[in-house]
Amino acid sequence: MISKPQCRLARGLCAMWAAHSFKMNAMVPFSMDEPMSSPKTNPMPSRQPLPSQVVKEDEPQLVAAAQAGDVEAFETLVERYERKIFRLTMNITQNREDAEDAMQEAFLKAYEHLAEFQRNSRFYTWLVRIAVNQALMKLRKRRPNQISLDAEVDTGEDTIPRDVEDWGPSPEERYGRVELSDILSAAISDLDEPFRIVFQLRDIEELSTEETAEALGLSVPAVKSRLLRARLKLRQKLSRHFRRSDNQ
Amino acid sequence: MNCKSLVIELEHYLDEELDPAIRASIEEHLLKCKKCRIIVNTCKKTIEIYCNSEPAPLPDETRMRLHDALAKRLKRAHP
Repeated sequence: MISKPQCRLARGLCAMWAAHSFKMNAMVPFSMDEPMSSPKTNPMPSRQPLPSQVVKEDEPQLVAAAQAGDVEAFETLVERYERKIFRLTMNITQNREDAEDAMQEAFLKAYEHLAEFQRNSRFYTWLVRIAVNQALMKLRKRRPNQISLDAEVDTGEDTIPRDVEDWGPSPEERYGRVELSDILSAAISDLDEPFRIVFQLRDIEELSTEETAEALGLSVPAVKSRLLRARLKLRQKLSRHFRRSDNQ
Repeated sequence: MNCKSLVIELEHYLDEELDPAIRASIEEHLLKCKKCRIIVNTCKKTIEIYCNSEPAPLPDETRMRLHDALAKRLKRAHP
């Protein structure tokens, strides 16, 4: 999987993820205007495992038990991932009823096809792909005339952002958890579908570029160009909330 | 390297997919250009914030309906 430096910047968070105790305000303070590292003197930080790569120690055993018919083991897996899967289906469908149905169907399908899961891959990635399919089916059913995901889109990747206001240090700490969650949801909801879904899979679910391309039936270059556009757009939207205030 | 070519390479830079020479060229530009530095750093921070965001708890009714549906299915599989 392609690594993502932004996650490695939050040292220590991976361990917190494993403990299921993420706190938005626990991120490492980060100055937006710090000079970038010099290639000669300051190599990139050493690679840290990404949160989604930190599989709870008991997961292989749980999956194996569930595959052997242990209902409680499967329920434990559902409880572990239900919030993430609902956020995923919600961000794709943008409709609560569809998101709920897609989540339910995803878990039911996962259960029905559990025997087909190959244990040398990540259970969560497998589950995400099932949930993405269910959510996309809901989306297409509700809006059958919409532009398909693989249609050409203007990604404008050579556009230099106009809004380059700097952010304050640890901008997310300026907001409470619920308020921050609302800001993030509103910003991503405002993205056009092709960009929103690619960002969701690549930067929130942490699928690789190739996995994202395969899940959405897109080419790798299409994923990359949409992802860049999504990242730049979101950066711009968040700047309204996170820009450096006069007293910072 | 200039601002326009940096944005073209930005995706590869953020995902660490560049060969060392281009990467060095970008980082040299970033040392000189505050605007690009802000773009790169705020892009990284954007991804970091989303990547580390905790999903909200499921609404009670949604969770209840999910587990009811599962219970029915699991009961059917293992009566």
